[in-house]
Amino acid sequence: MEGELGWWGVVIAIIGGAIRVSTPFIFVSLGETITEKSGRINLGLEGTLVFGAMIGYAVAYLTGSAWIGLLVAGASGSVFGAFHGWICSFPRVNDIAVGIALMLFGTGLAFFFGKPYIAPVAPDLPAIALGGWSDIPQVRDALRVNVLFIIGIAAAIGLWWAFRRTRIGLIVRTVGDSADAARALGYNVNRVRWLSTAAGGVLAGIAGGYLSLYYPGSWNEGISSGQGLMAVALVIFARWNPIACFWAALLFGGAGALGPALQGAGVTGGYYLFNAAPYVLTLAIMILTQSKRRALTGAPGELSITR
Amino acid sequence: MAVVTEGGGTGAAPPEMAGRAIGDWIARRAESIAIPLGALIAGLLLFGVFLILNGKSPIQFYELMYQGGFGTSFSIQNTLTRAAPLLLAALCVALPARLGLVVIGGEGAIVLGGLGAAAIAPVISTWPGFLGIPIMGIAAALMGGLWIGAVGALRHYRGVNETIASLLMAYIAIALMNHFVEGPLRDPASLNKPSTEPIPDAFWVGEIPGMSVHWGLVVGIIACIVSWILIDRTTWGFSARVAGGNVRAAQIQGLPVGRLIIGFTALGGAFAGLAGMFEVAAVQGSANASLEAGYGYTGILIAFLARHNPLAIIPFGILLGGIEASNGLIQRRMDLPDATVLVLEGLLFVVILLSDTLYGRFKIFNPEKRGAG
Repeated sequence: MEGELGWWGVVIAIIGGAIRVSTPFIFVSLGETITEKSGRINLGLEGTLVFGAMIGYAVAYLTGSAWIGLLVAGASGSVFGAFHGWICSFPRVNDIAVGIALMLFGTGLAFFFGKPYIAPVAPDLPAIALGGWSDIPQVRDALRVNVLFIIGIAAAIGLWWAFRRTRIGLIVRTVGDSADAARALGYNVNRVRWLSTAAGGVLAGIAGGYLSLYYPGSWNEGISSGQGLMAVALVIFARWNPIACFWAALLFGGAGALGPALQGAGVTGGYYLFNAAPYVLTLAIMILTQSKRRALTGAPGELSITR
Repeated sequence: MAVVTEGGGTGAAPPEMAGRAIGDWIARRAESIAIPLGALIAGLLLFGVFLILNGKSPIQFYELMYQGGFGTSFSIQNTLTRAAPLLLAALCVALPARLGLVVIGGEGAIVLGGLGAAAIAPVISTWPGFLGIPIMGIAAALMGGLWIGAVGALRHYRGVNETIASLLMAYIAIALMNHFVEGPLRDPASLNKPSTEPIPDAFWVGEIPGMSVHWGLVVGIIACIVSWILIDRTTWGFSARVAGGNVRAAQIQGLPVGRLIIGFTALGGAFAGLAGMFEVAAVQGSANASLEAGYGYTGILIAFLARHNPLAIIPFGILLGGIEASNGLIQRRMDLPDATVLVLEGLLFVVILLSDTLYGRFKIFNPEKRGAG
């Protein structure tokens, strides 16, 4: 079949792969946007993602329902996020370093409790076939879109609207732009940041659940390789705009799908190099879009990473 | 003012005042030892609670940890062998930290350092060991130094966040290593485990006389001492601390901030690269996927435990080396997964960061507050 489509097969595979691979990026980056808008940065989302993948898979296997697994994955993410937010509310504690610590801690806990769930098979999350109009199996396969991808789009639009139009959105933005101003207005800065980090953790936990329950669709210790961390770079690239996060996630997903798509087309050389494409892309984007001299437009004023 | 009382000037003072100044000095130093130690103990206790919740005995755990890490001369030598790369990896975090940079991609410098050492060895295979080994070391240090130095350069010239960039570059480095080990540099004879061509016998780094610990440990300790002298006793180190405190102030003072950033990151990367070289030339005998052993990540924890003080890295590096050395024994005897040590390390890391908030809160460590209170 590959022969008939030739290089078009690669393109279709990349589009389909981009949709599949981008979904966790959408959720993690939206979560990180909420956290960063409040003026904190959580590098620990990588650990949250891995733990969410483990517990989501384990619960789905034990209960037989992928949705309950996903729910528990999100709940576990909120615990990690709240933990990060709580530790960072003490004076002189560095949020970046705490993120690194939680990255190790979350990954460690996931591997510790996840050993028994590497072998069993848990139910998958459902997908919707949007490619029914086509006779070409590759197109049909590429357009089998998971429900979470669509929820992700809705969440991006919802968040964009919430930051612009709602009172809660305004409070989070105020806290992120100037803690002093927020205090003067009577808001509890630490509590807002604590809740924002917990909310960000929920989305990262859901992203982890997607990894183990849909694509790649099983739990193992190599399930996440930096998606949680790349999402932080992605948020900067998207200038803290949820809609831009969605497009950036699609781009990153496409880069992530490059390796498997080429492999599917029979290109075997440079397997590792093609799989490194997302990291190279992230780095290139960071180099091109950041500047030493001018402040980033749209950056929350309190954010340590852009100062 | 604190600098003045710490640095001296007590010689001309009356004896009782001199005595008090020494007491104050001891009190301040005691704080920087007591708080990390207290945090370490608190972390170990918390992990004990975690073990109890999982139906395991913390007493047995720590007994086995002592036995497997420090109990016998065999386990001590095992611990020291593991500590060697950890000391060098921790310096890759501690040196940039003096400039306020959080570099966490030392793993990348380690794998590329190992790859560089293994790649140069066949080219100079006919050379004697006393020339070949240093050249492998230079190749490894150069690879690691360029890799992490690039992170510093990106930070300085483009404002790219060094934490994210260094970790992304670690993933890229691991991909490069796998590509070369399984592709262009693969030894056709390595069937099950793709590796580069083995290094010549003459290039093996030997063991310290009387111990089965390779020379990497001595190099690691020397690197820590040299780094301490650089940071604490030279104008370079002083400038770096000024720049780490306030970049604008340092620039106004005319300090070469860019050169400091690139120099310190490159030096840290060079040390991490050396760690990779010792893994190749003293442990593995060739470059392969075993280079990616997580030393870079444990090094981050060690540097934070040591509060980025290179001398403190030595004991904490040996401690963590012991914890990792005992992992196998603990797994077998207590039927625990291999990630147990990862949970312990993560927990210690969280507790040590949380302890940062305690500095200056205890009156006994802060004489000026004692007077006021």
